[in-house]
Amino acid sequence: MTFTLNIWRQKGPEDSGRFVTYEARDVSAGMSFLEMLDSVNQRLIADGEEPVAFEQDCREGICGSCSLVINGVPHGPDRGITTCQLYMRRFPDGAVITIEPWRARSFPIIKDLVVDRRALDRIMQAGGYISVNTGGAVDGNVLLIGKDQAETAMDAASCIGCGACVAACKNASAMLFVAAKVSHLASLPQGKPERTHRVRAMLEAMDREGFGSCGNQYECEAVCPKSIGVRFIANLNREYLRAGVVESGLLSEPEAPHAESA
Amino acid sequence: MTMLNAKIPSGPLETKWDRRRFSEKLISPNNKRKLTVIVVGSGLAGASAASTLGQLGYQVECFCFQDSPRRAHSIAAQGGINAAKNYQDDGDSVGRLFYDTIKGGDFRSREANVYRLAQVSTQIIDQCVALGIPFAREYGGQLANRSFGGVQVSRTFYCRGQTGQQLLLGAYSALCWQIERGQVTMRPRTEMLDLIVVDGQARGIVVRDLVTGRLSVHTAHAVVLATGGYSNVYYLSTNASGSNVTATYRAWKQGAGFANPCFTQIHPTAIPPGDAYQAKLTLMSESLRNDGRLWVPKMSADHRCPGDISAAERDYFLERRYPRFGNLAPRDIASRAVKDVCDEGRGVGPSGHGVYLDFADVIEQEGLDVVRERYGNLFDMYHRITGEDAYHAPMRIYPAPHYTMGGLWVDYNLMSTVPGLFVIGEANFADHGANRLGASSLMQGLADGYFILPYTIGHYLATAKLSLIREDHKDARAALQRVTNRIDRLLNAKGRRTAASFHRDVGTLLWNHCGMSRNQAGLTLALASVPALREEFWRDVMIPGSGEAFNQELEYAGRVADYLEFAELLCHDALHREESCGAHFREEYQTDDGEPKRDDSRFAHVAAWEYREGAPPILHKEPLAFEFVQPTTRSYQ
Repeated sequence: MTFTLNIWRQKGPEDSGRFVTYEARDVSAGMSFLEMLDSVNQRLIADGEEPVAFEQDCREGICGSCSLVINGVPHGPDRGITTCQLYMRRFPDGAVITIEPWRARSFPIIKDLVVDRRALDRIMQAGGYISVNTGGAVDGNVLLIGKDQAETAMDAASCIGCGACVAACKNASAMLFVAAKVSHLASLPQGKPERTHRVRAMLEAMDREGFGSCGNQYECEAVCPKSIGVRFIANLNREYLRAGVVESGLLSEPEAPHAESA
Repeated sequence: MTMLNAKIPSGPLETKWDRRRFSEKLISPNNKRKLTVIVVGSGLAGASAASTLGQLGYQVECFCFQDSPRRAHSIAAQGGINAAKNYQDDGDSVGRLFYDTIKGGDFRSREANVYRLAQVSTQIIDQCVALGIPFAREYGGQLANRSFGGVQVSRTFYCRGQTGQQLLLGAYSALCWQIERGQVTMRPRTEMLDLIVVDGQARGIVVRDLVTGRLSVHTAHAVVLATGGYSNVYYLSTNASGSNVTATYRAWKQGAGFANPCFTQIHPTAIPPGDAYQAKLTLMSESLRNDGRLWVPKMSADHRCPGDISAAERDYFLERRYPRFGNLAPRDIASRAVKDVCDEGRGVGPSGHGVYLDFADVIEQEGLDVVRERYGNLFDMYHRITGEDAYHAPMRIYPAPHYTMGGLWVDYNLMSTVPGLFVIGEANFADHGANRLGASSLMQGLADGYFILPYTIGHYLATAKLSLIREDHKDARAALQRVTNRIDRLLNAKGRRTAASFHRDVGTLLWNHCGMSRNQAGLTLALASVPALREEFWRDVMIPGSGEAFNQELEYAGRVADYLEFAELLCHDALHREESCGAHFREEYQTDDGEPKRDDSRFAHVAAWEYREGAPPILHKEPLAFEFVQPTTRSYQ
């Protein structure tokens, strides 16, 4: 198969950037999208040109490194996968494919298709954890957690922090990411004591990093490689509202560890 | 390198670790804050160590080459983490986990280390639950378990098929807390390129900022390497593409012994290689072998659809050869069995390098929904990669290079032969012997980082009496110069071949001659071929761009250059070990029915290699004493 690729090239943060057209030749249906780019890069290097910079690592859809907007959609046309899990059999022979980086003010471009996603780490540092020292934890079975509750926590916790939700959102909002993190910890008894502080601190950090707010367009859910639902954004809003009620003194806290989640 | 002293506490196995902890010197909280520790790597071992050291009060500087510590390769581990909790009341205990691990490693690991690992395993689960890791639960709210290869109890805790991800995110969240508190300074997109040794002690590292290309010196009172394994030396492996040997290899060149490099685990259940451009092999979790049955046609070159081959015409080769463990035979045993049937011409799929992993029976017995709930994400992944539906036709799988049991030599305190250089997780050689059992790598990473290193490093810092060296110290400058020279040399080669093409060649050499089975002739050939390839690399490698910029090709070429040296060390080690054990199968040493033949009289030792410039490495042996278990022939039949 042969493809025409329009790839965003940008030397660095100061460069204005432009699309450059390349030909991908001798592509087989079993090649992954990234292997197809590898082959283009091998040819570029052999010709003495700089290869296209893009991020990848595990190539198993779990590390969250790969981050390409393919034909206008983060991670490409298929639902529920990352770019590295996209295979060329998905495209008709001869197709023209446009490849861009994540575009968001909070994700400055480093080079070509590589962006700086540290803003997501800084949101996590603001409160995306349970403050627990190593050693001295009680037996794991002391805290009984219902199967459904554990499954809900796991649904939220499966976020890989790739930032596709931000790239898909016209407001460049990180709400789905923050919602996943807040919901994971808030739905477990261990996470309850810090839930008020956590939701406030993480949302404040999100604003500080310049992410926009949620416009209820559900684009994030559509592109999330882990199919994390917007119901968690509803949960985030509820947690935030609850934090306000707690701080106003109408609700006491911390709750007992076995209390039902909101 | 002087004599290897493993510093194992004497006395009963059960109390060795308690006594070591009690005898160690402590540092008062006030003094801890004056001490700095460098941690290289942010996977399970690195993140858990950095966060715990920060929490104890040390000033920690943590480095990773990814854009975020949360992307370390531990995130890709699927199956689970072992712990001797005995929640199932099926006969598990610390002693049994210890024994399974020692036996699984084919009696090539230290008893004391393995016992300690089994002991702290129970604490790891508690710590992870406290951090909010959403382990699978039973309806009653208790932690659920499943079983893994090489054992007959159900001791594996899991988070769907994403256990590594959740454990790493737990350690990462603990790290985030310490970063917020100012105890840990995180330096992502930074690669360690050399170790600074002053008067025989590790005192810092040289790193390259992967965005700007700037080289810098970082000094500390101690250095911890948590940089993972090296099976990407085979080019195709289950590792993330960034995983590499560079940090451990360059520490080796500065005096750290490299132990058992030839012990590379070939995992039995990966998706078979297909295209020539394939960049990696994708693992299908070992947990699939709980319910999937492996088979090939009895007849060779049988190209019929699997559904057209009747039960009588199928060879369920693992169940036939290992009736007690069947499809749950340990990884090395299962991998070799797969290789055997493929070598006989009975492999399936276009290349003949594949066997069926069939779920038809379990689907019939327990229903599609049960299988979908257990393994749905793995079946989806398989479908995406191969375009085939494993719910209706069996998966095809083939072995792939996976975990490396070899690594830098460490003593019981996890310190290398360079004082002040600690090595944890997959980067060290300890605990797994010649073969790692499933669900034990996550256990070791977290055991080292949360519960072992934070104790032992304290003793070193309390007794070593060190002051920080300055960045312009002559030994730091020398290390910086080594790195600069190397980068210049790479950029100035200006040849015609890409780094990837050399990587592919060295990987193919190793796979053919030092892969699932090895022999003297093949290893001798590889040892003759690698230096020639290396010379060609330095003459003909082509790296575009400059050193003072974001340059992924330069990063990669540096790692390939190390593989081209390391491959030789790996083959030296495989050649020296004239026995078969665990993942190391020397064809000359096998029983009449094709099982590995160990030689305890000559090889019950750890092989630790010392670097010498321009000369073959020197072998040092640490004898393995078995006081508490009797090494037996490892049989799973």
